Amino acid sequence: MAEVQFRFRDDEAVGDPGVTVDSFGAQSNAAAVRLEPGDEARDLLPHLARLRLIEINFPSFGDGRGYTAARVLREAGYTGELRAVGDVLVDQIGFMRRCGFDAFAPEVPLDPVDAQAALDRFADVYQPAADGRVPIWAKRHPEVQGG
Amino acid sequence: MKLLTGNDLKSGAVTWWDGVQWSLHVGDAIDVGDHADSILARESAAQRVNAAYAIEASKDENGVRPGHIKERIRALGPTVRPDLTLKPADPEAGQWVI
Amino acid sequence: MYKYDTYDQAMVDARVEEFRDQVRRRIDGHITEDQFKPLRLMNGLYLQLHAYMLRVAVPYGTLSGAQMHALGDIADKYDRGYGHFTTRQNIQYNWIKLDEAPDILADLAKVEMHAIQTSGNCIRNTSSDQYAGAAADEVTDPRPYAELIRQWSTFHPEFCYLPRKFKIAVIASETDRAAMRLHDIGVQIVRGENGELGAAFYVGGGMGRTPMIAPLIKQFVPLDQFITYAEACLRVYNRHGRRDNKYKARIKILVHELGKEEYTRQVEAEFAQLLSQNIEPPLAELERIKAQFADPAFATDLSDQLDRSDPDFALWVDNNCVTHKTPGYIAVTISLKPIGGIPGDASADQMRLMAALAAQYSFDELRVTHAQNIVLAHVRKDQLYALWQALDEAGLGTANLDLVGDIIACPGLDYCSLANARSIPVAQKIGQRLAAKEQEIGELKLKISGCINACGHHHAGHIGILGVDRKGTENYQLLLGGCEGADTSLGQITGPGFDEDGIVDAVEKATELYLSTREGGERFLDTYRRIGMAPFKEALYG
Repeated sequence: MAEVQFRFRDDEAVGDPGVTVDSFGAQSNAAAVRLEPGDEARDLLPHLARLRLIEINFPSFGDGRGYTAARVLREAGYTGELRAVGDVLVDQIGFMRRCGFDAFAPEVPLDPVDAQAALDRFADVYQPAADGRVPIWAKRHPEVQGG
Repeated sequence: MKLLTGNDLKSGAVTWWDGVQWSLHVGDAIDVGDHADSILARESAAQRVNAAYAIEASKDENGVRPGHIKERIRALGPTVRPDLTLKPADPEAGQWVI
Repeated sequence: MYKYDTYDQAMVDARVEEFRDQVRRRIDGHITEDQFKPLRLMNGLYLQLHAYMLRVAVPYGTLSGAQMHALGDIADKYDRGYGHFTTRQNIQYNWIKLDEAPDILADLAKVEMHAIQTSGNCIRNTSSDQYAGAAADEVTDPRPYAELIRQWSTFHPEFCYLPRKFKIAVIASETDRAAMRLHDIGVQIVRGENGELGAAFYVGGGMGRTPMIAPLIKQFVPLDQFITYAEACLRVYNRHGRRDNKYKARIKILVHELGKEEYTRQVEAEFAQLLSQNIEPPLAELERIKAQFADPAFATDLSDQLDRSDPDFALWVDNNCVTHKTPGYIAVTISLKPIGGIPGDASADQMRLMAALAAQYSFDELRVTHAQNIVLAHVRKDQLYALWQALDEAGLGTANLDLVGDIIACPGLDYCSLANARSIPVAQKIGQRLAAKEQEIGELKLKISGCINACGHHHAGHIGILGVDRKGTENYQLLLGGCEGADTSLGQITGPGFDEDGIVDAVEKATELYLSTREGGERFLDTYRRIGMAPFKEALYG
């Protein structure tokens, strides 16, 4: 298993690797689970309270199902660690952060300077996502409640 | 015969392996025989060519002729803009690709 | 038209620097071509047959004079003095160098343009009606909605690695001039029961190897839920669209395999969930954008008469101009289809001339059409003759809009690495062969694609031509009866294909049969629909 290279949280990391979704159902005490692209993230929603780590695997960077899985989990109130693993590349981590990932364990470690540049690239964003950033439209209309 | 072709990484120009380097002219291409894979691996790693691959071709008294029309158009340029091909002075050059 | 504020400008400026950095890493060898490819594609940079090709976005087809002028300058400075306007209302440059691409993006950013998401498996440039803001039949200008989509979809973090590309069109008229139902999502802005505006969503249309007409999945989405509904449509697709086979990865296959009802049910469930997430821009944002698309200052009290005493001018008016919603004005199409020319190509000088004419005659605004022509939407009738003279002098006065010479053609095997056959030479030969008869033939939309990907929209042509590779030689299939618009239909293949000269003969035979069989004011398409395929087969193969 690849090392966690970046982690944007202060709590203690879960040491155990995530179990598969299938075995997670049977192991009622597991605190970590690993989602594959074909797994249904919403199957985890009844168990969010006891989960401390959800790994989302990107076997190939071009398969973007993990972005939706991450946002769905955050929208449902999951606050534990959301870790991107696998074919995680420097030009994807900005999008992943926005979808709610707060830890990265890339198969091939990233150049830390390039990674920081990627994360800092855009001062503002056009749309709300799972990272709490205020979208441009809200900044344009501070007078609108909830905007 | 078997040729190697690709594009120059920076300019995107179509290039052909002439045994020493990558030439703009298909006429310079050599038969690489069984060595296609090893040359491609070395040249791609050295960043001297982009998206390179091997193709079948023939050679006769008129020179090297790639086997497929797509490669012949790559070797010449767009047939609908003879002025932008490698043979701008020959308005009939497009006939060669057919 | 829309003007960037500091946020929009900062976004494209940051993108230029990001791409400069990505290109540097590629040239330095830090990333492989496999890793770089999706990055360059998301900036519209392809590796084509002869060089890199850059596709620049023209959002919903609208350009200012300054932007068109800049496109001409880029063609001179970085390319070989011309560009190609595409069926997606964009422009492509064919001879780009990788290390100069970031500089081109920087030049584009100076005139509020970009190449963001003009390729790749993400949400592409939104297309729209070329007569938006001028059409007498629109309920509102559709472009503010397209701009709202542009901003929402730009760097959308969840939807940049979709199963496949995703194309959206927005119209606001009953007459569909944007082939809306042949898009992944087609939006029609409509009026509800109480006169309020809303959006009808059609999802799952497309061309390519499995052409499909999008079904209506939602009659009326209120404007304060518009983006949320689009997001729900995309999320279901990203989650469940097929990723095992790139030829089955478009949303049309998902909608087809699930069935419209089940897809809609899933979208509604996702929509209900997303409504709680407050992702919808406030209506104030839509109003801010709408204000920038307000009508220009049309003169009132203008005469609606035209002096038609010059017959060449009168012919051009009859062919290339359409009614404007404001008396005294007219909407003009500049044909980029000279007889024997390359459909959609314009030289740098022509681009700069069109820019200057837009400034002089059409409130400094131009449109790119999906038929690869240029529109000046708001021309005063009393200035029309002067405009026509200037166009005619520059080779831009061809009077053939929607005639057989107004051929849509993809770049084909002359430029494109995906193509199986050349498209442009076929278009040139057909245009030359039928030029003398095209006025007599009347409306006939002929569309040519050089491969199954259907960039030339061959399925939607009254006559469609598809180039295929038959044992290493170019071969052309003929289709009849396709149509885009309110009565969208897909063309049917006539039978065995033809070689290059054979396809030109076949098109001529089809038009001869039409001319000898038509009744009353029938167009080619009407006659085909009345008499069916059999007589055409007989004429072609009998």
